[in-house]
Amino acid sequence: MKLFPIMGGIHPDYRKELTSEKAIVALPMPATLYIPLQQHMGAAASAAVEPGSLVKKGQMLGRGEGAVSAPVHAPTSGRIVAITEVTAPHPSGLPTLTILLEPDGKDEWAELPAPIADPFTTLPQQIRDRVAASGIVGMGGATFPSAVKLGLGNQYKLEILLLNGAECEPYLTCDDRVMREYPDDVVDGARIMAHALSAPKVIIAIETNKPQAIEAMTKAAAAFDNVTVVGVPVQYPMGAERHLTQAVTGRETPARKLTADVGVVVHNVATARAVHNAVRFGQPLLSRVVTVSGGAVAEPKNIEVPLGTPVSQLLAFCGGATNVNRYVSGGPMMGQPLPSLDVPVVKGTSGILALTKAETKEYATQPCIRCGSCVTYCPCGLVPVEMAAFIRNDKLEEAAKIGVQDCVSCGSCSYICPSNIPLVQFFNYAKGRIAALDRERRKTEQTKALVAAHNARLERLAQAKREAAARAKAQKENSDASGANA
Amino acid sequence: MSIVVDKSGPFTHGSNNVQRTMFTVLAALAPATLFNLWLFGWPAIFLFLVTMAACAAAEALCVRLGGGTVDDVLSDGSVLITGWLLALSLPPWAPWWVAVVASVFAVCLAKHAFGGLGQNVFNPAMIGRVVVLVSFPIQMTTFVPAKPLFSAGAPSFAESLHVTFGKAVSLDGLSAASQLGFVKTELSRGIPVDQSMSHLPGLGDLVMGFHPGSMGETALPLILLGGLFLMWRKIISWHIPVAMLGTLLVLGTVFNAIDPGRFTSGTFHLLSGASFLGAFFIATDYVTSPVSKSGQLAFGVGVGLLTWIIRTYAGYPEGVAFAVLLMNALTPILDQHFRPRVFGRTRKGAPLPLKGDK
Repeated sequence: MKLFPIMGGIHPDYRKELTSEKAIVALPMPATLYIPLQQHMGAAASAAVEPGSLVKKGQMLGRGEGAVSAPVHAPTSGRIVAITEVTAPHPSGLPTLTILLEPDGKDEWAELPAPIADPFTTLPQQIRDRVAASGIVGMGGATFPSAVKLGLGNQYKLEILLLNGAECEPYLTCDDRVMREYPDDVVDGARIMAHALSAPKVIIAIETNKPQAIEAMTKAAAAFDNVTVVGVPVQYPMGAERHLTQAVTGRETPARKLTADVGVVVHNVATARAVHNAVRFGQPLLSRVVTVSGGAVAEPKNIEVPLGTPVSQLLAFCGGATNVNRYVSGGPMMGQPLPSLDVPVVKGTSGILALTKAETKEYATQPCIRCGSCVTYCPCGLVPVEMAAFIRNDKLEEAAKIGVQDCVSCGSCSYICPSNIPLVQFFNYAKGRIAALDRERRKTEQTKALVAAHNARLERLAQAKREAAARAKAQKENSDASGANA
Repeated sequence: MSIVVDKSGPFTHGSNNVQRTMFTVLAALAPATLFNLWLFGWPAIFLFLVTMAACAAAEALCVRLGGGTVDDVLSDGSVLITGWLLALSLPPWAPWWVAVVASVFAVCLAKHAFGGLGQNVFNPAMIGRVVVLVSFPIQMTTFVPAKPLFSAGAPSFAESLHVTFGKAVSLDGLSAASQLGFVKTELSRGIPVDQSMSHLPGLGDLVMGFHPGSMGETALPLILLGGLFLMWRKIISWHIPVAMLGTLLVLGTVFNAIDPGRFTSGTFHLLSGASFLGAFFIATDYVTSPVSKSGQLAFGVGVGLLTWIIRTYAGYPEGVAFAVLLMNALTPILDQHFRPRVFGRTRKGAPLPLKGDK
């Protein structure tokens, strides 16, 4: 298959060998599960259970609210201990409403929805409904509700479902293991998703540093004419949605548009597996594969983890961590720093990394020497050195003009910078500030419009009153006049 | 357990750093420099050491005045490159005070007055060279023929000390013009270029450096080797050197074909003066050249064009230093006009049109 080049990008130290040969193992059920009601992009779910209630495995605990949301389910049977605020698995460390579930050890299933017997003849809407009810979100880390993304077939003419098995982040091997151990499930899930999208073709893209995954997936896909497996070059950030689309199809997604605009929808391989389980067995999303790795971890592993398990238990299961410099959720390039080890694993947690100083390589920042590496390696064609200079001087509008909002925060510039300047930090700050200012501006405009409408209404009322008074006066004068005449 | 979250990712980093970059450049310069020090003997070695020491001292002084820690700044290696390039751009038998004056202007005025590493608009070494060139034209254009160390006719250690540190040594008996200077002088006397060229050293000597000139104007194969090494190490890219040398070659060849009596040939432009050193080590200075590849191409073409114009029409025989400085002044503008195309956008910055859109 013909591939297309993508611009820029880097070749970081991958260190996938730490876990790539570690088969997925199940985690023993923890004593308490902490299940946040918000594990996805969009509106938080609302609690559907009360403290004290007994729940079965797969029972809905939180109801999806609104158009973009997702429900959460009980990963095992047990008792709801409390519904309370707990530190979120987010760098802010802010509290988030969380359901505390105490497993009873029986792991009894609730009554699940019936399997969809032949998903390829049923209506796409029925599959989307099942995916929505199963609480499935993008498991590559973006956590966008999958059912919403599967609805893109309604508005766009789609040609390709691009299944993302690139896994370009260093360390992470969870997608690699899923593809090697559940290739048939992944291919089946992908075909179901393609049907839901009305996309005739499925392309599964895997970076060539995962030859076993390519082999397993090729074998699983052999029976289906419309499913192709393609090895893509090892080049970070190959797994970025727009870049993968370009590498595989040669189509460049315009700024501020979706890949669907060029006929492609991208889903992660782990999401495909979850869709398979939901459609074929009626199982909601209850667990996910997490890579626990990093030089500080005693025995790195790939673990199938019940959602809501505290991170500390994962590390304990891997023999603990020593000489840790940074704890990261996700990959080292785009992952988030963990605010605490008590936070739970959620639907978007692809990895838990405990990195040593030798791995993080954090040095003091030095002056920029304008070497231009950040410009050469930026996969989005931006000029990070200039954007950072604007942001440092609080010229956010100037930074926006040269494209800071087109930055995908892949971290290539920060990685390559010889002066160790935290460029992505600048851009994330600017993007957040610009969005906040935008919201504020819109709010002010809205208020202004409301005030103007209010004033106009008052004016209209006053005018009406004046007119009525004038009319009354005129009438009175008329009647007076006629009275005088009489 | 709560952890302090102080920054966003990435939480890993490449192996490159400022110091390593700077020392790689020095390593690339080393072979050509050693050859030159051998070629021009003890006076060249003294001058080289004086320049390096003066630059380091000037940097230390500026940093201390600015309240910084001297060790940190000296260890980044940038001032060593400035001193090194400055030394290479001086006539090897120039007196010590020329080197010191050049060093002070290079480091204090061109670099630290603008805010130190990364902030300067102009290439410090070239500022240093140009200041002494316009201030002390005699010392800066008095060249000697190559007298390799330990060869017959090479000055002894003691004589060499006298050359570098003595009072007003007369080099009258020894001095010779560089080939660019020679051609220019002859032309002003009405002797056509094609005739004066026949009095110059052969192509082989020109390439290896057995001719009068500044230190960095010789040993072209070694400078080329250093330049290729930097490209291999990805410290520099081909854009500036190829654009600059290509422009010089094309202009030289075309105009030489038009009037061989007035214009020197393209190869002569390439092989004489500081063309090679300038293309690989001076015009490619990170701080003072554009950051984007397209900007670097424009910059290289500009340096080549200005070098040719200055060499051909201006009063000075050599123009690389002036050309680089003039283009340095344009760098901020080039940076604004030569940005890469943003992913998903047209060159003008509008989102790409969709198929079917008008």
